[in-house]
Amino acid sequence: MVVAAIAFYIFAGIAVAAAFMVIAARNPVHSVLYLILTFFSAAGLFVLMGAEFLAMILLIVYVGAVAVLFLFVVMMLDVNFASLREGFLQYLPIGALIGFVLFLEIIMVIGTWVLSPETAHLAQSPIPPLDDVTNAEAIGRVMYTRFIYFFQAAGMVLLVAMIGAIVLTLRHREGVKRQSITAQVGRRAEDTLEIRKVEPGQGISEL
Amino acid sequence: MEIGLAHYLTVAAMLFTLGIFGIFLNRKNVIIILMSIELMLLAVNINLVAFSTHLGDLTGQIFAMLVLTVAAGEAAIGLAILVVYFRNRGSIAVEDINMMKG
Repeated sequence: MVVAAIAFYIFAGIAVAAAFMVIAARNPVHSVLYLILTFFSAAGLFVLMGAEFLAMILLIVYVGAVAVLFLFVVMMLDVNFASLREGFLQYLPIGALIGFVLFLEIIMVIGTWVLSPETAHLAQSPIPPLDDVTNAEAIGRVMYTRFIYFFQAAGMVLLVAMIGAIVLTLRHREGVKRQSITAQVGRRAEDTLEIRKVEPGQGISEL
Repeated sequence: MEIGLAHYLTVAAMLFTLGIFGIFLNRKNVIIILMSIELMLLAVNINLVAFSTHLGDLTGQIFAMLVLTVAAGEAAIGLAILVVYFRNRGSIAVEDINMMKG
């Protein structure tokens, strides 16, 4: 139990510190790298809680896709990030005040609420004992049965996001030579070839 | 030394607060604002998974996965809009984004 507690404090500390560096780093590339560190620590927390499958999904989706996407965009845009940091200190007091008040409110909620005694029996899809089925299998069992429509809806969300991103960023540039399949296939011999009888020793006078 | 539900909820609260704080702090940089939103969604996911494992109900983990899906889609669309905007205006400062103000 002590090992779990130590691991929790390490992961939690790294997650919070890295999250602070995400918003405080001077260079956006560093921000993205700290974001990746935050996600790794959060995945560690998930494993500690017993949600291994979700931890791995978090790593694949966030670190593998989202963070790399951020990294690409940050490096691709030629922006003067120093000018974007002007007024950084101007908003610090109000931001700190609102953040502090919000944190206090959340902590007050966490500190005062109690679980109803019946919650143990109210589980809609209880977690089966870990000896019988693994976490991933248990999730699969409910996800493809009870939550199949939500699963399909998530697929639709991803499809719409994919189409939207492609439509937004695809552009037709002028003056770029491209292959035109229809023009190639539609070409006929009569359009381009001309057969002439040539008398010996005379050649063709005009084309 | 027992790590309970409240510990995880506190971590999630800290991450969420840092996300809000980041939006206020980096009011000019859209990329950092998007990253702050990702932080807040991560905090929500930690909350969902903490309750799910603490109460022994898998529904929370399914819901966390749906939140993950939406977060991924949101990041893709947001960054696509950002790239298009940068192509048109040559800047990503938030105060320049006022073309649609009517």
